[in-house]
Amino acid sequence: MKSSVITFPGSNCDRDMDVALTKFGFKNKMVWHDDNELPKSDLVVLPGGFSYGDYLRCGSMASKSKIMQSVINFAKSGGLVMGICNGFQILVETGLVPGVLLRNKYLEFICKNVFIKLDNKDNPYFKNLDKDVFEFHIAHNEGNYFCTQDQLKEIEDNNQVAIYYCNNKGQTEDQFNPNGSIKNIAGIFNKEKNVLGMMPHPERMIDQSLSGEDGSLFFKNLINNIK
Amino acid sequence: MLVNEKVAIEHGLKADEYKKICELLKRTPNLIELGIFSAMWNEHCSYKSSRLHLKKLPTSGKKVIQGPGENAGVIDIEDGDAIVFKIESHNHPSFIEPYQGAATGVGGIMRDVFTMGARPIANLNSIHFGSPQHKKTKNLLRGVVHGIGGYGNCMGVPTIAGQTSFDSSYNGNILVNAMTLGLVKKNKIFYSKAAGLNKPVIYVGSKTGRDGIHGASMASASFDEKIEEKKPTVQVGDPFTEKLLLEACLELMAGDSIIAIQDMGAAGLTSSSIEMASKGNLGIEINLNKVPCRESKMTPYEIMLSESQERMLIVLENGKEEMAKKIFDKWNLDFAVIGKTTNSKNIELFFDNEQVANIPVNTLVENSPMYDRKWKKAKLPKKNKIKKETYSKLKIKDVLKKILSNPNVCSKEWIWQQYDHTVMGDTIQKPGGNSGVVRVHGTNKAVAASVDSSAVYCWAHPLTGGKQVVAESWRNLISVGATPIAITNCLNFGSPENEENMGEFVECVHGIGEASKYLNFPVVSGNVSFYNQTKEVGIKPTPSIGGVGLIKDYKKMVTMNFKEKDNLVLVIGKTEGHIDQSIFARTILDEKNGPPPEVNLFNEKNNGESLLNLIDKDYIKSAHDVSLGGIIIAISKMSIKGNKGIKLNKSKNLMNEIDYLFAEDQGRYVIEVKKKDLKDVIKILEKNSVHHEELGFITEKDIIINEKTKVTIDELKSYNTNWLNNYMSS
Repeated sequence: MKSSVITFPGSNCDRDMDVALTKFGFKNKMVWHDDNELPKSDLVVLPGGFSYGDYLRCGSMASKSKIMQSVINFAKSGGLVMGICNGFQILVETGLVPGVLLRNKYLEFICKNVFIKLDNKDNPYFKNLDKDVFEFHIAHNEGNYFCTQDQLKEIEDNNQVAIYYCNNKGQTEDQFNPNGSIKNIAGIFNKEKNVLGMMPHPERMIDQSLSGEDGSLFFKNLINNIK
Repeated sequence: MLVNEKVAIEHGLKADEYKKICELLKRTPNLIELGIFSAMWNEHCSYKSSRLHLKKLPTSGKKVIQGPGENAGVIDIEDGDAIVFKIESHNHPSFIEPYQGAATGVGGIMRDVFTMGARPIANLNSIHFGSPQHKKTKNLLRGVVHGIGGYGNCMGVPTIAGQTSFDSSYNGNILVNAMTLGLVKKNKIFYSKAAGLNKPVIYVGSKTGRDGIHGASMASASFDEKIEEKKPTVQVGDPFTEKLLLEACLELMAGDSIIAIQDMGAAGLTSSSIEMASKGNLGIEINLNKVPCRESKMTPYEIMLSESQERMLIVLENGKEEMAKKIFDKWNLDFAVIGKTTNSKNIELFFDNEQVANIPVNTLVENSPMYDRKWKKAKLPKKNKIKKETYSKLKIKDVLKKILSNPNVCSKEWIWQQYDHTVMGDTIQKPGGNSGVVRVHGTNKAVAASVDSSAVYCWAHPLTGGKQVVAESWRNLISVGATPIAITNCLNFGSPENEENMGEFVECVHGIGEASKYLNFPVVSGNVSFYNQTKEVGIKPTPSIGGVGLIKDYKKMVTMNFKEKDNLVLVIGKTEGHIDQSIFARTILDEKNGPPPEVNLFNEKNNGESLLNLIDKDYIKSAHDVSLGGIIIAISKMSIKGNKGIKLNKSKNLMNEIDYLFAEDQGRYVIEVKKKDLKDVIKILEKNSVHHEELGFITEKDIIINEKTKVTIDELKSYNTNWLNNYMSS
């Protein structure tokens, strides 16, 4: 399976994502933001970091970069595009997924493990996973997901919520919401479910010496789903 | 402007220093030259009060590739790998402008490390604030933490450990010490020594602006009530540009076109160009019109003294300019050939086709002033005699609660949760443990790092305090199973012109030297920050020690959380009941006098090496060094982290229970072993004559100290975590 990770000048989780994808069997290529064409890929990943410094709205400049036109076309033709953290911020800026990401509710960067709950498995990312609650890691300053009530209704009607913040039992009360996201939303699909944006970093949870191993389950399953 | 003694004094120079400049030049310097002298001869850049004493530190060893004198120290971690590391202060700017001050401190130290060809793999910091009740403390703390996070997080380098303390002596002068570790191949280390004639001198990175002019001079003076006016001397950080600079430099360094490279830190273009020329015994010629400037009409004086961040100076091989420029173009960074190396041994500056400065390099470096300042020796204070009835009123649980929630002991999670500590995917021990640990990417090795300081001990007796900090750093590395290799030091003191402050410096350095020599734990880099004082009042002497060690097989790393019910808990190292200068004496008894605990270097070495031996044999399930707060605080933290309790044995010791639990004797560790291994463990300890006592065994929950005292894990957690969260949200 072929994957491509886009490197923007300020990406800093690109290597981590490369390590994770390669570990679980992807043939991964790093693609420079200033390139025009995507290599042939089964999966395109927009990694975490600070794409262009993010002194403006996070991800807004990256969404207009050269390679993004190819990424958008790839997504619109049904290709799998996953944006993690800054990648999620870029995705909302392109409009591929709805909503916006505001500064965290307490105006502080948060780096810690969180639990997330999958909302539905009828998609290429989560299909066949045999549990619903995962422990992932977050590290962000602007992960406070927001959308209008109309958008929210549409998102929910279309089953576009990918994951919610929760506790280890899968309860999604407000106290388990780390950043103030509306309805504890941690990740969103596009309508067709081929584009996934999420704040948590599965690539930081890929062996037992790190923060945990739930990321391994995610990637192993993902490559099997794509095969 | 006409230069005279008055102008020189306004530049922070002393009258006799100005006289010396005129003698060396055999003429009166012009304003630009005076600015250059003031930048090179200030305390921060010239180490004029400290050099004499720093020379005595042990700086070499089998594992040392590069000691002090370069951008950072370098140590060998085998298999062709090396670690580049250094700690540096950014105290003065952080007080004036906490966010930018702290951010650029982090940026500056990372640049020191990647200048040498190393990719930064871990950041640490040691930050010290005034009393929590002081009106500035909360905002300073918030600003500094945001600044450290803002820069390090954007760079994508994990912040893996740190230290935070509060003490009213920092009310007017906070301390922000930042440390970075980088990984490099031994045969790809870059140095700042220029070589060869007519080699192009290249400027890369950000443009030069008017920020930070005279920053280093500002950092070489005491504060007064007009300190707010110094805001323009604080640099402004741009971590995104630094990330680009990092990647571009490493890309260029992959080839062989660089002769020398030096970052522009304190005193900017001035010190970087002069350092390179001085080390290479060459001259350097710079055309200031070629320097990329952010603002129009910048004068040569401003260009030379700006401390704008994210800039580097490179001496390149001839003919490599085009290739190098392409790399910097790709990363959207300025690249300009601004001069060349010469055989004049002078620094010659040109602006608008006119020579605007011409100074022999050696006058700026070798001939810079060096002072043997007067200093006062500190006496070892007499021991306190604490009355027995003072203790009878105390309940252990109350004391434990007060100490666990003390600002200097409590959990600092509020702080380190704001630092990305997991990026790069190799952090295997996070902040909040004994040391931070990161794997050497793609290998079985890991590097442990810790940063420590004990201002109270140093204040009570600088010689002992100096030794103690090194010993604590050593213990923190051993507690995770790392073999200590070397240290970097950041020496934060008051004014060297005050005999007592100078005495504190001299004796702390003496203590650091003694301990690092005995423990074979050499000093490979560091910096000195004097004048941490407002008017006449200086801070408590605060040397910060950053220690680095190697774990050959990261799977053998030890953590501090209690692991398994029924395992036995031992303390190794002797408990003598030393209470003076302990947090117990200072906060519960309000007793601020007395000597700090004695440091016995033989025991430190013996106990530490014996523990490493036990770790290597897989006997140690968890370990924690005993420091602030004594045995009971070590145990409490191990309980909290492991979510397990402990039943303590009735002490066979005749000592008072409180003395036993809260004493801060040195050279001790709490360790967890399996019952079945106890015999073997004791055999090894006894063979090495290591004092040990069995403390108790691990339980499902609750710490049970004696028949009367039981503390639940939830209580411990709330004591330990609430204070900082409440303080910051109130």
